[in-house]
Amino acid sequence: MTAVAEPRAVRRETPPVLAFLGRRILGGILALFVASIVIFVALNILPGNPASVILGRNATPAAERVLTQRMHLDRPATTRYADWLGGFAHADLGISAVSLAQGQRTSVWQQISGPLKNSAILAAIAALFMIPLSIGLGVIGPIFPGKPVDHMISIFSLAAIALPEFVTGSLLIGIFFVALDWLPPVALVPPGGSPLDNPSELVLPVLTLLFASLAAGVRMVRAGMTEVLQTEYVQTARLNGVGERRVLWRYALRNALAPSVQVLAQNLQWLIGGIIITENVFAYPGIGTELVNAVQTRDVTVVQSVAMLIAVVYVVINLLADLVVMLLVPKLREPA
Amino acid sequence: MRARFRFLHSRSGAIGFGIVVFVLLVAILGPYFAPHDPRAPVGLPLSGPSGKAPLGTDFLGRDVLSRLLYGGRSVIGFAAAATVLAYAVGMSIGLAAGYSRSLIDPALMRTVDVMLAFPPLLFLLVLIAGAGTSIAVLVIGVAAIQAPGISRIVRTATLEVSTRGYVEAGIARGERAFAVIGREVLPNILAPVLVDAGLRFTYSILIIASVNFLGLGLQPPNSDWALMISENRTYIQLNPWAVLVPAAMIGLLTIGINLTGDAIARSLGRSYVPRTTRSVVG
Repeated sequence: MTAVAEPRAVRRETPPVLAFLGRRILGGILALFVASIVIFVALNILPGNPASVILGRNATPAAERVLTQRMHLDRPATTRYADWLGGFAHADLGISAVSLAQGQRTSVWQQISGPLKNSAILAAIAALFMIPLSIGLGVIGPIFPGKPVDHMISIFSLAAIALPEFVTGSLLIGIFFVALDWLPPVALVPPGGSPLDNPSELVLPVLTLLFASLAAGVRMVRAGMTEVLQTEYVQTARLNGVGERRVLWRYALRNALAPSVQVLAQNLQWLIGGIIITENVFAYPGIGTELVNAVQTRDVTVVQSVAMLIAVVYVVINLLADLVVMLLVPKLREPA
Repeated sequence: MRARFRFLHSRSGAIGFGIVVFVLLVAILGPYFAPHDPRAPVGLPLSGPSGKAPLGTDFLGRDVLSRLLYGGRSVIGFAAAATVLAYAVGMSIGLAAGYSRSLIDPALMRTVDVMLAFPPLLFLLVLIAGAGTSIAVLVIGVAAIQAPGISRIVRTATLEVSTRGYVEAGIARGERAFAVIGREVLPNILAPVLVDAGLRFTYSILIIASVNFLGLGLQPPNSDWALMISENRTYIQLNPWAVLVPAAMIGLLTIGINLTGDAIARSLGRSYVPRTTRSVVG
């Protein structure tokens, strides 16, 4: 497709592309830096003394002193920030604060590596379905404007986009578990097991994720397709007697898809956020469940590292999407 | 005035508006019609619908219908408070940035850019982990998430309006900046700025309900639709109504607001893409 012709154009305009890319990478790093400060301040400065917060009702002056020392809270905040960020850059996420309070030393990485893998599997499956489905459903509507299919798809996407994941999930459980008894309402994975061992458990979580992220994608692809179908080159092709099918596939679809890449990247970002809630609905042992548990137990170090990790993934997806769009659409290579 | 209500002439607009009015009425007037105390057990836990409890009882034996009638105020009230606070902060920042055209402008806008690049739900969870679960944290957090987007729109509108003759006339008359902003700029940017207020309100509802569902917002034994879902979902087989009816109420509210927003946008001749709604998660 278009990709065949693109590399030549890219090479010719190398400087602006590189400048654009450099600016985006720099912006991403800056955003992550600010995010790290926000995360650190919220978790270390806001609660006063994190040690007393973690201990909660069990706090005695002695226990607090011990935990303060174990968490190195007696050092100045700037040193702690530098230590944390330096460790993070070297993939050392520190020791769970709650485990320190219990006199153990569980490393954060040990605690979250399993859930991280489970979440990646869930997100990958959802993304696998999301991309072709949102393009397909988005394109059908404008091809049959005003037909029942078009109405169905737009009503569905308007409803789906409005529903929060926990409502969608609960309603799906109501239908497929309570009423029909086809699918299990939870997606438990035994320690050491893989979520793929029991695929039927993954159906409802994936559906919940798809429902929310699909709707937005469908609406945007649909808007792009509607716009392209009204352009002059499509009209000209039709007037020249080109068959309707050829007009759609050769002329319209290609041009409608390029802007959709950005939309799909946005959807992937939504997926990352949506996963936090969806995992909690289905008790799925992923990073979202881990994060919410850590927030509940006020495990500062775990929340800190998981939040930073999610922020990194978020920024990287954004960057990759910018790159792909830039390679697909020459117009966007110019500075806005 | 008539043009303002033109959206009601489309079928989806009328249906959406009707749904919103219905849910708001239930939330606001519901407590006056509740048959039981929402915090007192009225029968065996998780029993099905009966004459005494038309929607059955929850996991502590409390009347689901009464809790449902009490449970709308919190989410709608907090969302309204957060949205109003977000507009107050966002408009102040946007006006300052757009009107001053000094160094404040780029500084504020770069901060806003960074804020917009951070996943909102994550921001809220980090804030709650640091500051604890409380209603104040929830409302301030959601306002902080919304304010950057608002300030960006306000800034653009202010930039455009402040080159107009009536603003320059005000400045030429020697009026102070506050007077010019209050009397000349503000009234002229309100309409474009408030167009998506409904959408932002939905977004506040979605994210507050989501946090309540996670158990990190409003705490038991309060009645709240999202809280009802999370409390009773383990027992969904025993009394599904305790989960499905509050879920339906939240769903109806957000779908209704979106249908209305869609119809309003179309009656104004705009295309409507509810971007903000989904950024709950992203």
